[in-house]
Amino acid sequence: MNEIAEKQLENQVSDQPIIELTGVHKWYGQFHVLKNINLHVKKGERIVVCGPSGSGKSTMIRCINRLEEHQQGSIVVDGIELTSDVKQIEHIRREVGMVFQHFNLFPHLTVLDNCTLAPIWVRKMPKKDAEEVAMQYLERVKIPEQAKKYPGQLSGGQQQRVAIARSLCMNPAIMLFDEPTSALDPEMIKEVLDTMVGLAESGMTMMCVTHEMGFAKTVADRVIFMDKGEIIEENEPHEFFNNPQNERTKLFLSQILGH
Amino acid sequence: MADFTPSPDLAPPSLTVGPLGWVRTNLFPDPFNSVLTLIALYLVYLTLPPAIDWALLKADWSGTSREACVSGGACWVFVHARMNTFLYGFFPESGYWRVNLLYFVTIALLIPLFVKQFKYKVILAAINLVAFPLLVWILMSGGVFGLSHVETSNWGGLSLTLILAAIGCVAALPFGVLLALGRQATNMPAVKTMCVVFIEFWRGVPLITVLFMSSVMLPLFLPEGTSFDKLLRAMIGITLFQSAYMAEVIRGGLQAIPKGQYEAADAMGLTYWKKTGLVILPQALKIVIPGIVNTFIALFKDTTLVIIIGLLEVLGMVQTALNDPNWLGYSTEGYVFTAAVFWVFCFSMSRFSQRLEARLHTGHKR
Repeated sequence: MNEIAEKQLENQVSDQPIIELTGVHKWYGQFHVLKNINLHVKKGERIVVCGPSGSGKSTMIRCINRLEEHQQGSIVVDGIELTSDVKQIEHIRREVGMVFQHFNLFPHLTVLDNCTLAPIWVRKMPKKDAEEVAMQYLERVKIPEQAKKYPGQLSGGQQQRVAIARSLCMNPAIMLFDEPTSALDPEMIKEVLDTMVGLAESGMTMMCVTHEMGFAKTVADRVIFMDKGEIIEENEPHEFFNNPQNERTKLFLSQILGH
Repeated sequence: MADFTPSPDLAPPSLTVGPLGWVRTNLFPDPFNSVLTLIALYLVYLTLPPAIDWALLKADWSGTSREACVSGGACWVFVHARMNTFLYGFFPESGYWRVNLLYFVTIALLIPLFVKQFKYKVILAAINLVAFPLLVWILMSGGVFGLSHVETSNWGGLSLTLILAAIGCVAALPFGVLLALGRQATNMPAVKTMCVVFIEFWRGVPLITVLFMSSVMLPLFLPEGTSFDKLLRAMIGITLFQSAYMAEVIRGGLQAIPKGQYEAADAMGLTYWKKTGLVILPQALKIVIPGIVNTFIALFKDTTLVIIIGLLEVLGMVQTALNDPNWLGYSTEGYVFTAAVFWVFCFSMSRFSQRLEARLHTGHKR
């Protein structure tokens, strides 16, 4: 647990930006998905990204670990600029964990093997150590008893918590969440959000695309609103929800909070 | 507020379970299916008793020449008398033990794959990949360790069938995997094009043509004086041909893997080969086990085509035996025997694939 504590210490908010997006543009063919995105995220900051579907919010965070390629502008993560250099991409991906909407656990491996795969093969950790670390994180997401099961035997909420634990096993500096609760049954959303709140409290740098406005209110340092590929508004959550500046933001908020 | 208590489970109606229930649901569910069942039973009654009569009850089993076949049933004496050529081809009799040893070792290597507790299946398979062809060469061809040299033209019968099929499978699978991966490599157009051209070329020509070319045309293109073995050429031809089919089967598996699996592996920082070897291929190969085994079975039966270039595997040997003036007129027995041999091997492969699928199933839903 000492290692985790150390990590928490170095993860305290500082002024040093850990993610810098400057003038980022991206097109899918003719379609301009990201338009001049400028965003700096400080170490330990927790950012929630929201917006209507098709607004480019998922594409933006997927650019940060190069699951999507940007065509203009620069993205610097942890001091390393993302180019087509494979070595640099792999370096950044080691430092950036990602949790997906559809969990994307490996169905042919047990929960424990899912968690130890990357530490063993990417970080070259001995198997025994990797399993110890994995069990620590599985305990932290409160499902150590499922370690020997296969993902197909778990509920959606449990699978998503395994996915979070799997990312944490790589000891990442940044965690990206791409709509982590959108594919879950209503009864399971809370258990995943609780895990994420716990993670936020430990000081992890987080960027989270979500429609869970309660989560945004409680943990976010900043909320970002996107539409049609642009960042329209960004503010700290209290101001964002109570005093939105842009008409588009007001419309969006009235639609998702109004019912 | 009242608590919710689930209603108790009730027993199912008695006619839907047990043997009676099975008969009812599978044989006589409605009038139309009942008629079909009765017709099928009648056809079985018409064909099965005479077949058993011919093949077993009235058949002649012992003797050395056609004079022993008098009863009018099947004359298995023919198969018995010619068994050695069916099994060993024209291998010198003093070397039969070498072929027997090869049969024995092959079976010994296969058994662990069926034992559930055996943990090193992957390692064993990897060893087989290299060691098996080498072992075949040493035992069959000889020339080393004091074994007398036997020309490949003397190889034949079931041993040749098995060697062609086994080497074909062992070599076509890894080639097929590489070709399938190459065809998927959209970021390397040159590699992709080469793989597409290779696959489409070999799938587009009949195996007979490939064998014929390897035997007749290839020597014309080689420089004067160089000769390499006819059997080896046939083997390479079969391998390249089957690896093209294998590649397409495996590509089907690769395409069935959801994009999210690739993304999750990428996001962890796995390199291309680690991602492919640890995440993608284990899942893709599992999905296409039926297709892979299908290709293996096709390959096993396609080995009979080597007769076109004068190699006599088990069917070729049977046909040669049928031309023997002493045994004219027993082609039914010969072909029934050959069919039975092929059926036993192909059916075993099919059962093995089903076992493998059941074993590798991890209860996942995507």
